[in-house]
Amino acid sequence: MSGPAPRRPGGVSRAYRTRNTGDPVTKQRAATFLGMTPTAAPVAPTTPAATDTHCPYCSLQCGMRLAPVGPAGSAPAGPPVEVLERPDFPVNRGALCGKGRTAPALLARAARLTGPLLRDRPGGPLRSASWPEALDRVASGLARVRAEHGPDAVGVFGGGGLTNEKAYLLGKFARVVLGTANIDYNGRFCMSSAAAAHRRAFGLDRGLPFPLADLPHTGCLVLVGGNPAETMPPAVRYLRELRENGGTLIVVDPRRTRTAELADLHLQPRPGGDLALALGLLHLVIADGLLDQDFIAERTSGFAAARESAMAHWPDRVERITGVPVHQLRLAARMFGEAATGMVLTARGAEQHSKGTDTVGAWINLCLATGKSGRPYSGYGCLTGQGNGQGGREHGQKADQLPGYRSIEDPAARAHVAAVWGVPAASLPGPGLSAYELLDGLGRPGGVKALLLAGSNPAVSAPNAGQITERLRALDLLVVADLVLSETARLADVVLPVTQWAEEDGTTTNLEGRVILRRRALDPPDGVRGELWLLRELAALLGVPDGFPAEAEQAFEELRRASAGGDADYAGISYARIAAEDGVFWPCPAEGHPGTPRLFLDRYATPDGRARFAEVTHRPAAEEPDEDYPLYLTTGRVLAQYQSGAQTRRVAELNAAAPGPYVELHPRLAQRLGVADGEPLAVTSRRGRAVAPARITEAIRPDTVFMPFHWAGAGRANSLTNPALDPVSRMPEFKLCAVRVERVHREAGT
Amino acid sequence: MTPGTAPRIAVVGGGMAAARFAERYTALGGPGTVTVYGAEPRAPYNRVLLAEVLTGRYDAEAIALPLGGATARPGCEVVALDPAARTLRLADGSEQPWDDLVLATGANPVLPPVRGLRRPDGYGLVEGVHTLRTLEDCARLAEEAVGAKRAVVIGGGVLGVSAARALAALGVRVEIVHQAPHLIERQLDSEAAAVLRERLRRLGVDCYTGNRARAVHGGAEGRVEAVELANGYRLDCDLVVLACGTRPRTALAHAAGLPVGTGVLVDDRLAAAPHVFAIGDCAEHRGTVHGLAGPAWEQADVLARHLSGAEPDARYPGSSPRARLSTGDLEYAAFGAVDEGLDPDLDVLRLTDATRGSYKKLVLRGDRLVGAILLGDLATVDALAGAFADGGALAGHPLHLLTLGVTP
Repeated sequence: MSGPAPRRPGGVSRAYRTRNTGDPVTKQRAATFLGMTPTAAPVAPTTPAATDTHCPYCSLQCGMRLAPVGPAGSAPAGPPVEVLERPDFPVNRGALCGKGRTAPALLARAARLTGPLLRDRPGGPLRSASWPEALDRVASGLARVRAEHGPDAVGVFGGGGLTNEKAYLLGKFARVVLGTANIDYNGRFCMSSAAAAHRRAFGLDRGLPFPLADLPHTGCLVLVGGNPAETMPPAVRYLRELRENGGTLIVVDPRRTRTAELADLHLQPRPGGDLALALGLLHLVIADGLLDQDFIAERTSGFAAARESAMAHWPDRVERITGVPVHQLRLAARMFGEAATGMVLTARGAEQHSKGTDTVGAWINLCLATGKSGRPYSGYGCLTGQGNGQGGREHGQKADQLPGYRSIEDPAARAHVAAVWGVPAASLPGPGLSAYELLDGLGRPGGVKALLLAGSNPAVSAPNAGQITERLRALDLLVVADLVLSETARLADVVLPVTQWAEEDGTTTNLEGRVILRRRALDPPDGVRGELWLLRELAALLGVPDGFPAEAEQAFEELRRASAGGDADYAGISYARIAAEDGVFWPCPAEGHPGTPRLFLDRYATPDGRARFAEVTHRPAAEEPDEDYPLYLTTGRVLAQYQSGAQTRRVAELNAAAPGPYVELHPRLAQRLGVADGEPLAVTSRRGRAVAPARITEAIRPDTVFMPFHWAGAGRANSLTNPALDPVSRMPEFKLCAVRVERVHREAGT
Repeated sequence: MTPGTAPRIAVVGGGMAAARFAERYTALGGPGTVTVYGAEPRAPYNRVLLAEVLTGRYDAEAIALPLGGATARPGCEVVALDPAARTLRLADGSEQPWDDLVLATGANPVLPPVRGLRRPDGYGLVEGVHTLRTLEDCARLAEEAVGAKRAVVIGGGVLGVSAARALAALGVRVEIVHQAPHLIERQLDSEAAAVLRERLRRLGVDCYTGNRARAVHGGAEGRVEAVELANGYRLDCDLVVLACGTRPRTALAHAAGLPVGTGVLVDDRLAAAPHVFAIGDCAEHRGTVHGLAGPAWEQADVLARHLSGAEPDARYPGSSPRARLSTGDLEYAAFGAVDEGLDPDLDVLRLTDATRGSYKKLVLRGDRLVGAILLGDLATVDALAGAFADGGALAGHPLHLLTLGVTP
C-alpha cells in the first residue's frame, strides 16, 4: 500500500485560510523575548502569502502569522517559514514568548523525522522503512495482540497537544476499530484534578469561565501554584494591567517565582499545603464576616458542611500545616474577601497532588462563600497547560469519556455517539484505565500488550519514569507517532513521523474554552504524514474503511454532530465562524448561537442550577519527609523549555537559554550540605536517583528542593516523583515527594 | 463483635478529640458505626475559638465541627462503663453495647482554693463567677459582660490572657490576678511577659502578678462584688473568670477500673485496656497530659488510622506542640526551653523593639537551638519551627530565625 501525498485543503477553506490576503499587512517580526516583557519590532513590506494560525505550545494558543522564507519554490536549509506578529488576535495581542517565536526551527527537515522507522527484533536497531511496510507492521501487530489477548490488551495513549480532530478520531479509533476500553492521555497528568473539581462544583469543566481579558478588571486575583511568567509569558500583561487598574494580586507558591515577584502578597506554603491554606482562608472569611450570605442562599448548596470543615482549620493549625504565618493568612483573607470582585486561578502546583481535586474544591469553596463566582469579573478558573489541554479532554481520548464531554457510562450518551458513528451502542467499550494505571500495567498479565502512542513522551513526563520506561520496554508492540525521535520513540518498535502545527489544519480549544483554528501554512516534507491520515489508513487495514476522514474540516463536521447536546457542545461552531470571530467559545449549540465567553452568569450546569460546595479537609501527601528522606522535592517548568522537552530541547536558542536540569535549593540547605553553586547534587527518592547541578537561591523554602522536569537522562526529575494517585481524578503526585540530597563526590561518582 | 457485622464504636465525650476521631474514621473508610456521646447539649464544636466567640467574632452556631458519618448524641452523658461486658450506661439508665470504646472525656476547669467561690448551698459557683470551657459558659459570660464594668480574671495563663483580652474588647475593664511572677510563665520568659503585659495594658487590661486571690466577696443578693488578694488588696468587680488550668476528667475510667494517673493511662496505641482507648485532654501518654487541641487531634488521627483499618499498626509517638497565641494583635509563638536561667552553657540572642512592641529571643547551646520566643512579630515563625523541629546544628548565623531578609 502506498500512502497518498497529503492534500492541501481546497475550495471554501482556502478562502478564509488567509483572511488578510490582499490587505496591506504591515509585516512585523513577532515580539522577540525570552523574558517576560514582549517587545515588537515592526519591519517592512506586505506578505501576501502569510497564514494566520496559532502557536504549537501552551494552552494560551497565541495567535501568530507565518510567512514563507526565501523565494518561492526554493528549499531553504533552515526553517521554511518565519513567525510574524498577529496583533489582532485578542488573547496575546501580538506578543509571543521565545518558544513560540522559535517554533519553526523544528520544521526544518534536519530537525525532525522524515520517514517511518522500524525495529525488526526486540533490542535490534531502528531502521528506515516505507509507509506501507510500517503501517502493515502496526496493523498486523495490533490485530495479533487483539486476537491473542482480547481487545483490552491493545491500548491507545494520546496527548493534550493533539488537535480536537485528532483527539476525537483517536477515541473513535480505539472504541470502534480496536474495541478497547484502554485509551487515556497525558492530560491526566495535567488538568484532571481541576477538571474533576470543576465538574463536582459547577457541573461543567472549562479551564476559565471567562475570557483572559477579564482578568485586569477583577478586584483581587489569587494565583495558586501557577507561574505564568515562565510558563505562559504573554499572559503576564493581564497581571500587570490588573495591578495598574488597582486590583491586587496574591500568588501562592512554595517558590518565589518571577510571577510571585509581581504580587502584592506572596504566600509561600510548604508543598502540599494549598488545601489547608484554602480552608484556612475560608475560616477567616467566615470569622471576619466576609461571607456573601445572599449568594450562598440563592446560588449554592452544601455550605453548612463546608463551613464545618473550615472550622476544623483554624489559623494556628493552618499556620502549622502550611508554614504561612497567621498574619499573612489574615491579610490574604481580607484582601480577597473585601474586594468587590475576585478570581482564583489554580495551575499544576495546586493540582498535581494525590489531593489535587480536593485542593481545587477548597479554593472553589472560597470563591463561592464570598460570592466571587457566576458574576462578571469573578470566578474560579484553571490555567490549563498543554496546547489543547482543554479540547483534548472533551472529545473522547479520556478513558471515561465520549465526545462532547459525555460520560461513557451514560446510556443516553452512548446511544447518541454510537448513532453518529453508525455502530450499536452495546459495541462501545466501558471506561478503561487511567493514564498512570495504563502505563504501569504495560506488558503485565492482564495489562496492555500493544500500545499506540501519539503526542506524548511518558519516558520523560510520567511519574516514576524509570519504572514506566521499563513497562514500555515490556510491550509486545509499541507504536509511537511523533515529529522527532523522542525518548519514548526510541523505545518503539515502529515510529511514525507526523506533521506539525504549521503543516496542518485543525482546531484546538484554549484555556478560555475558545475554539480556535490552526491553519496549514506549508507542505510537510516528503515522508511525513498527518495523524488523521494515519488513522484512516490503519482503520482500513483493520477492516474499517469508512468513518475516518483525513481532512480535518471533515472530521470537525463529524465532531460537531458527536458533541451536539453534550456539555462541550460544538454543534454551532464551524471553521468559517472561528476564522471570522477570532475563535468561538463553547458551549455553542447552534449556528445562530453566539458562543459562551462567560459561563454560569445565570445558573450553574448542575441539575438544580446551584454550585456545590465541596466537603474537603486537609490530609497529608502520600509521602511526607521523614528521617531517611528529609526534604520535599517539587517539580516544575522553566521559561525556555516545554513539557518533556522533546520539541524545545531541539531548538538551539532555547537550549542555550536553558541547557539542562538543575536542583534549586536554599543557601542554608546548601551550606549544610557543603555544596557550592553549580556543583553536582544527587537527589534520591524511594523510586530513583537524579543528578544535576546545584542552583542556590533564596527564592525557595529551606525545606524544599525544586527540579524542572524537561530533561531525560541522569537529571530526569521524574525518576524521583511519586505515582500516588488522586482518588477522584487519578492525577499522580508530581508536585511533592520526599527526597534526600547529597553532594556527588566527583572521585567517587566516576 | 459478631463476625461479619460492622463494629460499634462508642466515643465518650463530645469535644474536639471526639469530633476529629469521628471525622477521620469516616474519611479513612472505617467499616464501623461511630456514636459520639456528649454531655453538652451541643454537637462537637471548636473549643479553641471560644474566646473569640465571646468577643462576637464567631457566631456560636457557626463553630460546629465535622463528624463524618458518626451519630452525635449530644446531651447524653455517660455515667458508667463496663469494659468486661463492653457496655456503657447513659444518664437515662439505658445500656449501650460497644465493640471499641474511645474515651474522649476531656478536662474540667480547675477551681482554685479561693474562699467564697461556691454558692452557700454548695451547688455551683456564686453568681457572676465564671469558667470558660464550654459554649454554655461562653454564652452566660457574654450575657453578663453586657453592662459589666469591671472583671477580674483569676489566672494569667493562655486562657486567662485570651479571656481578658476578649472581655476588654467588649468594653469591660479587666484585671488579671496571677500567682506566678509573670504572665504565661510556662511558655514565656519574664521579658516577653513584660511586653505582653504592656500590650494588654493598652487594651485596658491590668495585671497583678505575684499575687494570689484569697477570697471572692458577694453582695446582699449573693452576687460577686469583689476579689480579695492575699496581700489584702480588694479589687471591686461585677464579673470573675476562673482560668486556673484544667484537670483531666477521669472519674468514669477510674470507676470502671481502668488505669488512671493524672489522666487515663494509655500506651503507644492509645489503648488503656483491650478495646478501650483514650485520646485528648483526658489521656496521659508517657507521663504527659497535653491538654491542647493540637496533640488531641494528632492522637485522634492515630487512633482513627488504627481502628479504621487504614493503618492497623499506627502508633502515637508523642507530640511537640507549639505554644501559640494569635488573638487580635496579641501574638506569640514559643518553642522549647525559653528561660536560660543561670545555665552558663546557654547563649541568648535577643531582639527587642519597644516601638513596635515586639520581643524575639533564641536560646542556644552552641549551634543548637533549645528554645525560642517570637512575640509581636511572627514573620519568621515557620523558619523557627523548622529549625526547632529539625533539632540539628543551625546552618549559618541564626539571626535569620528572628528577622526576615537575613542571608546566612
